[in-house]
Amino acid sequence: MGGLGHFLEDEGLPTVQISLVREHTEQIQPPRALWVPFILGRPLGVPGDPEFQKRVLRAALNLLEAPSGPILEDYPEEAPEADESEADGWVCPVSFAVAKDESLGGALGREIQQYRTWFDLGRQKRGRTMFGVAELEIEALGDFLVAYADGGDPDKPDPDLPLARILRSAADDLKTFYYEAATAQPGSPSPDDLANWFWTMTVGGDVTVKIWNRARASEDPEIKRLQGLIMPGEWREHFG
Amino acid sequence: MVRMAEIPEPSRVHIAALPCHDYETKPWVKGPPIKERRVAIISTAGLQRRDDRPYAFDANDYRIIPGSTSPGDIVMSHISSNFDRSGFQQDYNIAFPLDRLREMAADGEIASVAEYHYSFMGSTHPDDMEPTARHLAGLLKSDNVDAVVLIPV
Repeated sequence: MGGLGHFLEDEGLPTVQISLVREHTEQIQPPRALWVPFILGRPLGVPGDPEFQKRVLRAALNLLEAPSGPILEDYPEEAPEADESEADGWVCPVSFAVAKDESLGGALGREIQQYRTWFDLGRQKRGRTMFGVAELEIEALGDFLVAYADGGDPDKPDPDLPLARILRSAADDLKTFYYEAATAQPGSPSPDDLANWFWTMTVGGDVTVKIWNRARASEDPEIKRLQGLIMPGEWREHFG
Repeated sequence: MVRMAEIPEPSRVHIAALPCHDYETKPWVKGPPIKERRVAIISTAGLQRRDDRPYAFDANDYRIIPGSTSPGDIVMSHISSNFDRSGFQQDYNIAFPLDRLREMAADGEIASVAEYHYSFMGSTHPDDMEPTARHLAGLLKSDNVDAVVLIPV
């Protein structure tokens, strides 16, 4: 990020950046940066709080009027603690373990149907969804991922893309489906609540773990890279 | 909430070890007051329009996000899973504050919002981004942009 600021400014464009990792910004020294004390993925601090976001953006833009630089300023306002206030009232959605005589695909299909009404409601409420990068309907997406998780060699839905890229998008879409369904339910789960639920209590999580294990064992370098991409680092430690 | 010490392992070790270029020059471009500026966003969240191509694993190219893009058509195909996406799922302004810029333009805090915004996928080495970034500078100038907000994820 800091490199971009350097190159653009060098070409004559005034820049200001938001910084999430202060140690990097200190070293790179872009022209103007506002370090913010928020979690990775939330550079403006709080979703659904336009005034909070605008205060952050205004503080960043104000640095464009600083007389000289490089300048690295700290943003003073913390985001509300997600794991305290946000989790109020949220209960982990019901999860369905795989029954002894049930296939992984059957269990996933059952779970998907159960959450579908919440996913649809969430999409309606927000007017958008992040689901769909893999360009597959949720049922076909589930079938594709389960086939791969079970050791099969499913047809690539897009012949022009590498299998590893498709698996990465599909795994992300599956998690997005679950997260958007869960956050449509009453209450406001924190990112940790959502991750704990997905990775330890859902069939969708089980399917992703199986794909991760297959990627770890793969001798195809591109597939092997998936092991570091489809699961956050702390969960790789957990399942490793 | 999160400082480097609070990023979970092993992501913290990985982030701390990322190479950071130490640039010899310190470019500094002055401009008019903020309320007279035209502002563009450059994100490194791996954003794309829904019908655009997802980023390749080592992508150093960019995607155009026209200001007219419907919020429902802005999606993320960043390959990393080591950052929160639930905030962006709820409100895309958390990482791409286009609505906030429009409001600031309507209130006269900035002059206008650029016609085109851009996204990279941020895990790319900065040196690999240089030619593209310099090319992008020309495009931004053509859009009369004189303030760029760079937003990581």
